[in-house]
Amino acid sequence: MAAPPGGYRQDGAAIRALVRGDAVHRDVYTDPGLFDLEMERLWYSAWVYIGHDSQVPNAGDFYTVNVARQPLLMVRGTDGNLRVLFNRCAHKGAKVVSANAGNCGKLLRCSYHGWTYTLDGALRTMPVKSGYAGTRFAESEAAHGMTAVLNVAVHRGFVFARLSRSGLGFHEYFGESLSSIDNLADRSPLGRLEVAGAPLRYLHNSNWKMFVENLNDTMHPMVAHESSAGTARDLWAGRPPDEPKPMVIEQFLPFVSNYEFFDKMGVKVYDHGHSYTGVNFSIHSSYSPIPEYAEQMQQAYGAERARAILGESRHNTVYYPSLTVKGAIQTIRVVRPIAVDKTLIESFTLRLAGAPPALLERSAMYNRLINAPTSVVGHDDLYCYRAVQEGLASNGNEWVSLHRNHSDREQGEAAGTHNGTSEVSMRGQFRAWLAAMTACGTAGTDPK
Amino acid sequence: MIANDAALIEFVYHEARLIDEKRFDEWYDLYADDGRYWMPLAHGQPEGRAHTSLFDEDKLLLKIRIERLRNPKSYSQAQPSWCQHILQAPKVESRDPELNVAWLRTPFMYLEYQQDQQEVYAGVAWHRLRCSGAGIAIALKKIELLNCDAALPSLQLFP
Repeated sequence: MAAPPGGYRQDGAAIRALVRGDAVHRDVYTDPGLFDLEMERLWYSAWVYIGHDSQVPNAGDFYTVNVARQPLLMVRGTDGNLRVLFNRCAHKGAKVVSANAGNCGKLLRCSYHGWTYTLDGALRTMPVKSGYAGTRFAESEAAHGMTAVLNVAVHRGFVFARLSRSGLGFHEYFGESLSSIDNLADRSPLGRLEVAGAPLRYLHNSNWKMFVENLNDTMHPMVAHESSAGTARDLWAGRPPDEPKPMVIEQFLPFVSNYEFFDKMGVKVYDHGHSYTGVNFSIHSSYSPIPEYAEQMQQAYGAERARAILGESRHNTVYYPSLTVKGAIQTIRVVRPIAVDKTLIESFTLRLAGAPPALLERSAMYNRLINAPTSVVGHDDLYCYRAVQEGLASNGNEWVSLHRNHSDREQGEAAGTHNGTSEVSMRGQFRAWLAAMTACGTAGTDPK
Repeated sequence: MIANDAALIEFVYHEARLIDEKRFDEWYDLYADDGRYWMPLAHGQPEGRAHTSLFDEDKLLLKIRIERLRNPKSYSQAQPSWCQHILQAPKVESRDPELNVAWLRTPFMYLEYQQDQQEVYAGVAWHRLRCSGAGIAIALKKIELLNCDAALPSLQLFP
């Protein structure tokens, strides 16, 4: 099977042929033309993660991102509302803001010709306005100012946007999967989260989907992480069982749990590519308790509700395609595809507002141990993704197997809970992928 | 009694050389029992552990890293990485005779190489060296990487 001579753009049937119920063709990871289409169709029509509202607490605070090749600006207005604007001056197209984050005051001002905008993107003025008298300026695109993204939703501080004008609504798109974000926010005695400092930024020389799939891949830890977590286990071996484990040991050891552990953990699959592992318990279940925090939670929520919140121990929740959430340890990873074989993963540490500092220190350590470009666990994973990226060049076999625990009934009724080592979450991601890539009218040329 | 400048400076050169030559057990022994190897993630990042870092290793974590490099199942090192420090002359910035510690500043370049890919890093290393009858030990090595906040590929050895 080869890509169509004119590429996949005009050939929906060829795209459909890439995804079988239980396998996918390697082109989905390697074909640059398909990557272009993913940006235009899948990433443009999905609800993608922009940032967290705690990053822009005050009027004029902004945070810039690039999503689906679009320069975007999240900004807090003078009215207190949060907006997402296309970060492009209405005049000659300069990015209006190029810093990663900051405060722009009451107006956005272009650095080139000094056009200014109010924080909702409306054009306020430009120097020597009289030069436009008698021209067709008022009827032009420029008169509209900076284009706002119309579909923005904030859920428990998490800001999502859908760039396409038409598509699924926010709650229709995420459905019950939002319970993972709820659980994460509920872990704060005040019900509120804050981004704590800078993200770890890890450049992956592999396709973005390998990362997303891996988050609910429970058949790899005991193999890929034998080198890192296994080394930690071996160094700790022989200690008395009642000796308190250092936090680093406590965080590493569960990665080399056995197959039965990961299978019984369970995986829950939702429509539109979302899923989480750790339905019953997870690698985060056996951390040492922090008594002061437990008391705070009981006071805030009552004993029963506090127990229910902290009893959840979800492993990774995938908010397809752009965000993965680890509620039990308060870290999130943001997926920013750059090219077909290049992906930036940004890992943020979250502070549970009102919780003791020990919680944040535990999250900061976990993020560094597991998600940093300097992390041994990260090295294990990225080595595997890169091996796949290079191996897929092989013409000996063009198909990637996703058969584990597949059933033909799955096509219609995959949503639900499955055994933890099933590849059902990946099959669900590719169903969502295929739907977006072959939907009519999802081309991302019209932000209006 | 704090060692003289020449001995302190020689110690910093020696530390870099041990890493480059992969003499990791000898390198590990340079660290005090409470020693710390720290690389902040943000420019001007404050002390403490409320902000995450690129490295923040106590001796246990250093040991895990060193043993992992030797583990035959460390596939990311199947084709081994190599590194090279290029140090500007270290300077003794301050001494604290009561605690027997000295603080040295060393601008550096650091190259890490693996399988046709070579990465170049630069920054400033700060050594807090503690002197005792047993010799000089590293209480803290703080590495301020120039591009600490950049999107980085895998960094597998020790700047």
